[in-house]
Amino acid sequence: MFLAEPTHSGFFFLVPWLVFAPVIGLLINLIFGKRFSETMIGTVASLASGAAFVISVLLAYSISVNHGELVRWQLAEWIHIGDLQLDWTFRVDSLSTTMMLIVSGVGTLIHIYAIGYMHEDVRFKHDVGRYRLFFIYLNLFIAMMMILVSGDSYLMLFVGWEGVGLCSFLLIGFWYEMDTLGRPSLANSNAAKKAFIVNRIGDFGFLIAAFIMFWAFGSFQFDQVFEAAQHAAPGTILAITLFMLVGVAGKSAQIPLYVWLPDAMAGPTPVSALIHAATMVTAGVYLITRSAELYTLAPQAQYIVALTGAVTALFAATIAVGQYDIKKVLAYSTISQLGFMVAAVGMGAFVAGMFHLITHAFFKALLFLSAGSVILGLERGHHHAEHAHRGKGKKGKHALSKVEGRKEERSHEAHEEVRRVEPVETFDPNDMRNMGGLRKTMPVTFWLYMIGTLALAGVVPFAGFWSKDEILLDASLRYPIVYWLLSIAAFFTAFYMGRQIWMVFFGEPRHGAALHAQESPRVMTVPLMVLAFLSLVGGALNLPFEGFHNLGHWLEYTLHEVEALPLNYAVAGISTVLALLAIAASWYIYGRNPLRAGEIDPLKRRLGAIFTGAENKWFVDELYQAIIVTPFVKIYQFVADVIDWRFWHDWFHETVIAGTYNWVSNIALNRYADQRGIDAFANGLAGVTQWLSATMRRIQNGFVRSYALSVLLGVVLIVGYLILK
Amino acid sequence: MVPINYYIILSAILFTLGVVGVLIRRNALIIFMSVELMLNAANLAMVAFSSVIQSFSGQIFVFFVIAVAAAEVAVGLALIVEIFKTKRSIDVDQMSSLKG
Repeated sequence: MFLAEPTHSGFFFLVPWLVFAPVIGLLINLIFGKRFSETMIGTVASLASGAAFVISVLLAYSISVNHGELVRWQLAEWIHIGDLQLDWTFRVDSLSTTMMLIVSGVGTLIHIYAIGYMHEDVRFKHDVGRYRLFFIYLNLFIAMMMILVSGDSYLMLFVGWEGVGLCSFLLIGFWYEMDTLGRPSLANSNAAKKAFIVNRIGDFGFLIAAFIMFWAFGSFQFDQVFEAAQHAAPGTILAITLFMLVGVAGKSAQIPLYVWLPDAMAGPTPVSALIHAATMVTAGVYLITRSAELYTLAPQAQYIVALTGAVTALFAATIAVGQYDIKKVLAYSTISQLGFMVAAVGMGAFVAGMFHLITHAFFKALLFLSAGSVILGLERGHHHAEHAHRGKGKKGKHALSKVEGRKEERSHEAHEEVRRVEPVETFDPNDMRNMGGLRKTMPVTFWLYMIGTLALAGVVPFAGFWSKDEILLDASLRYPIVYWLLSIAAFFTAFYMGRQIWMVFFGEPRHGAALHAQESPRVMTVPLMVLAFLSLVGGALNLPFEGFHNLGHWLEYTLHEVEALPLNYAVAGISTVLALLAIAASWYIYGRNPLRAGEIDPLKRRLGAIFTGAENKWFVDELYQAIIVTPFVKIYQFVADVIDWRFWHDWFHETVIAGTYNWVSNIALNRYADQRGIDAFANGLAGVTQWLSATMRRIQNGFVRSYALSVLLGVVLIVGYLILK
Repeated sequence: MVPINYYIILSAILFTLGVVGVLIRRNALIIFMSVELMLNAANLAMVAFSSVIQSFSGQIFVFFVIAVAAAEVAVGLALIVEIFKTKRSIDVDQMSSLKG
């Protein structure tokens, strides 16, 4: 049972290649990448990720052929200590395969998109050499994510968990020497550190959960843990699940550890889409779904998880309303949507949670990538405007196409030279206040963004509607308070997305850059179209009608007792009405009278302090700064200055240890033992020898006759002794 | 037949004369002669014992002693000649440069 038996027909032997394929891709780029062109690097990375997708599809096919039977594929022995038998075993079931498909599928699309995006990004940031590094990191991330979702034990999952955390850190800090505007600053590297440290706090929770698990059950392997948990004390299960929730809160950005995700937007936009929206942050949802059998044993933990998710969903949605940075809005939206997922899996609605995870991966990746397209469009427009202003007579056209590739290369370089002598500019291409009217200049991006928005807002028949509705329906049946929190969050979701659409794409351009914004090349828009298509029809995975619960039946192979709920018209109706109301309200505030350049936000005029609160993220960062960071800094300064330096170093080490040692060595050892003991002995020996030789040398007078006399005396003595004996 | 005691006494007197000569004289040649005297005192004793116990071994031993003494004289006289060449003296007390 623990090994894949040869009776399994299918492609299960390909499982390790899920990890190997991206690793091979990154190795090729690492070793030979310096000689590759950018297109080549991107192609290698995309192919590596695409290979993982093909393998995932083959695995999914094999599972359906085998009627969902769980297959373990042991690659190598890992840890064998005493009773602990931990192997490097891949677990192929419908749940892990679902995650593999999402990670590699969305991942591949984002790889392709990044070929175009990073081509321009590295030029705007004046470091073309880092193009290769980006794809190496991206492939490493895919490999780590595959380990995370395909592991057969909590420890193997943790390896992937930490690996994606590392990739997240590397990619947030990709432009580590600048801030998001390209000015020299520590902002991006601080954002990376913040993400890493906050994630470490979560990982600490995960580790404690794993330790309790091992202490109570003696195993990390999923099935053994679940088996043992059936007979375990309820307190143990509660402790494991709650500590695991801390890990989930760190990785999936839930209250109170969500603060890293908005800052993580410092990374390039494909990273935000891949890691901080579609895949890595959903690892927590996957973890709870994977541990479904533990959570169903602890109803209190389930309630806490559901409540955490719901409160996060609402809290983050309110902050999103007050943001101006196009990516920050999406980041808070991601936190909010992750709240929906966590609430769902907390309620035991694992299929709904996974369903929302899938649709969210589609539409949030779409939104982020479209936002990236908007940002680059603005950057291009800004360059164009700048160029026109300088009257150099150059075209300054940045739209990428393979035919124009060479010409562009030169024009980019020309830009670089021009920009180097310029003073640091402060134009922020992420700020929605600099946008407006982009519907005309970037029509493709506009339509793609609209589809993503409608899917996120939960408008029929887009994917988001079906998955969100399923969560709301489950919530209405289980925890009414969660239902109401999520419904209000859904209202805010539709509102802030409406606000974003009106601010970005409608009205008049509020900045020269927006006026001259240019559409993105096809290498970026085609993956977006695929994602848009998936956002449109993704709901078909699990429609709430008889015979359409495909995802439910698929996951039933792994999660037992999946109940398929029929469509509830009251719940669906309320959520649709709320979404439409919110969009109408956003039109009333932002669409009717479009924002003009320099004007303050109309909602701020109406709400005043409340909007200021949302704009400043309800001062949570400041609160954490005040109650955690500042006391922590004081404590560690105290520890460093007083405890470590003055007490340990100055007093204990210098005075006590060094002083005692000095005293002992100087007085006891040197003066008494060494000088009076050893020295005296050695000197005495020398003195005795000297005295002896001084005395004896008198005998050696050199007169042969006296020697002869002593010989005679000796003979007389010996003979006398012999005779008288 | 002369009793054995007479030989032994004569031998002892000769040996003592030799010892005293070595100890009190400073002339290297005299010392040499005294050493010869001691050797011949021993020879006399051995010959006497040989005739008493009716065995040749003592007399054979005496021949060895005479041969060695001859060799010794040859070396010793050569040394004394060399010493005289450097020191212009054969006084043994002059040759005390090895004193401590």
